Amino acid sequence: MINRLVIENLKHRRLRTGLSALSIGFQVTMILAVVGLSRGMLQDSQARARGAGADIFVKPPGASAISLAGASMPEKMISAFFLDQPHVRRAAGTLVHPIGGISTITGVRIDDFTAMSGKFRFIEGGPFQGKLDVIIDEYYAEQNKKRVGDTIRLIENNFRVSGIAEAGKLARIIVPLDTLQDLTGNTGKVSQVLLKLDDAKATPSVIAALKANPGLEGYSIYSVEEFVSLFSVDNVPGLKAFIYVIIGLSIVIGFLVVWLTMYTTVLERTREIGILKALGASPADIVNILLRETLVLALVGWASGIALSYAANAAINGLVHASLQSVIVYDWWFRVMGIAVFASLLGALWPGLRAARQDAIEALAYE
Amino acid sequence: MNNQIIQISGLKKIYQVGDVEVQALRGVDLNVTRGEFLSVVGPSGSGKSTLFHIVGGLTSPTAGAVFIDGADMTKMTDTERTRLRRGKVGFIFQKYNLLPTLTAMDNILMARYFSNSTGQPLNEQFNDLLHLLGIQHRLHHKPRALSGGEQQRVAIARALVNGPAILLADEPTGNLDTENSDRVLSVLRDLNEKLGQTILMITHNPEAAAYGHRKVTMRDGRLKEE
Repeated sequence: MINRLVIENLKHRRLRTGLSALSIGFQVTMILAVVGLSRGMLQDSQARARGAGADIFVKPPGASAISLAGASMPEKMISAFFLDQPHVRRAAGTLVHPIGGISTITGVRIDDFTAMSGKFRFIEGGPFQGKLDVIIDEYYAEQNKKRVGDTIRLIENNFRVSGIAEAGKLARIIVPLDTLQDLTGNTGKVSQVLLKLDDAKATPSVIAALKANPGLEGYSIYSVEEFVSLFSVDNVPGLKAFIYVIIGLSIVIGFLVVWLTMYTTVLERTREIGILKALGASPADIVNILLRETLVLALVGWASGIALSYAANAAINGLVHASLQSVIVYDWWFRVMGIAVFASLLGALWPGLRAARQDAIEALAYE
Repeated sequence: MNNQIIQISGLKKIYQVGDVEVQALRGVDLNVTRGEFLSVVGPSGSGKSTLFHIVGGLTSPTAGAVFIDGADMTKMTDTERTRLRRGKVGFIFQKYNLLPTLTAMDNILMARYFSNSTGQPLNEQFNDLLHLLGIQHRLHHKPRALSGGEQQRVAIARALVNGPAILLADEPTGNLDTENSDRVLSVLRDLNEKLGQTILMITHNPEAAAYGHRKVTMRDGRLKEE
């Protein structure tokens, strides 16, 4: 009977119910979108790191494992040192240079790199033909509407698109290593070295040997599995805090939305609360009714938030996939339901208690 | 069984309005016999609504003794007064006070829900009452689809669904035209005569008051028997 009253009350004010649920839905979407974006971008980075085909990643001292750029190391170490190490079959240096936001350009020696990771699978065009050529991936091309032969302005230079390749190979924008070294004042330097072994099973022993080498003191040396595992929320400076801030904000928004909704509901239904009390409803019954209404609002809002998160996901991946990548985070659905319900019940508490304390006679006299 | 269903003596009620004390009831004595139909008349501000609220357990008295069906209301907590409203008292209001979002039947069942008799089917006697009230074909309509007279008859059914010891009616015909007023008052009289329902009715209307067995007048917080 109470549930019928709750549903009929919510149906009675359809617009307000809809808007309140939608507001909670946006709160849910906000969390799911931020977590989905964080995870999507990290997964994309992981996939591209794996796509490089290396068994071991070597970073110079002071470089963050997943930073956009950082310290550099001499390129000559590749031929003079790394290629001489046991089990190392191939080595390639890359230079990463930030170009604004979270976008980067990566410089490679195309022959060394493709020998390690396999050839680029070109959708259109092919490898570099000149010093100021650039290979872009399909997402970058689609987002920026670039075709082979078009010009892209990078580091104050016009680069010609020589090829559009399938995504997932190290980077979205790849230029000749020499060009990037010269344009960024890093001649003879690379940001990291990628090693391919003759036997992947030898990875732990090769890493141990490299770490034991006094000349590599302070260098970060990772197997591919260790390296991609670094692409986690915990390892991106400030990302976890950012997610917590978003969750906190969404709790505050959810709390305020429901507080306002329930406050106006209680004011509007003052007389009905008086009627219920005259019929024998206890203060606990009144709070129970309002909390059930809130729970329904929160759950409808949660469901609409999930639906909206699919729309947000499709929009991000469809429109700006080169810059942002989003995934659906199923494992957060129930967490975010808890957050939405918690914030909503918190928001309903004070109006509910106010209604419960309402004097029955005054409530019945309310016009 | 005590034949006096309402026993009131020396009843006082003082409201604090800002810094001013308002004496709504100044020592009311009243006994109502089980099965009696009592009309309480009086001008606005005479204290009859306050009496109605105290007898209905909606507020507590400041002083005096009030026994409803043997239960001492002066010693009741809020929870106990809530329990009293569930089982012993049925209310009829001038403005019907039906829950607007529920159908007539759901309004009736809501009162039944609070009395903890949920799940028990409405008994034959109650179905007869619905026939008597002439609303059995209107039970699945919401209040906005009902006339004033129908709404008040639904309110009467709701007030009686738990078989209360006392039916309290506060200006039950105040919002009705003559035809509907007569019908509602006739129903109240039938309920009293056929079912032995004790009724305490507050009214301004002398014609309505005449439906009762007995009439008392309130003035300045005191009762005068007529």
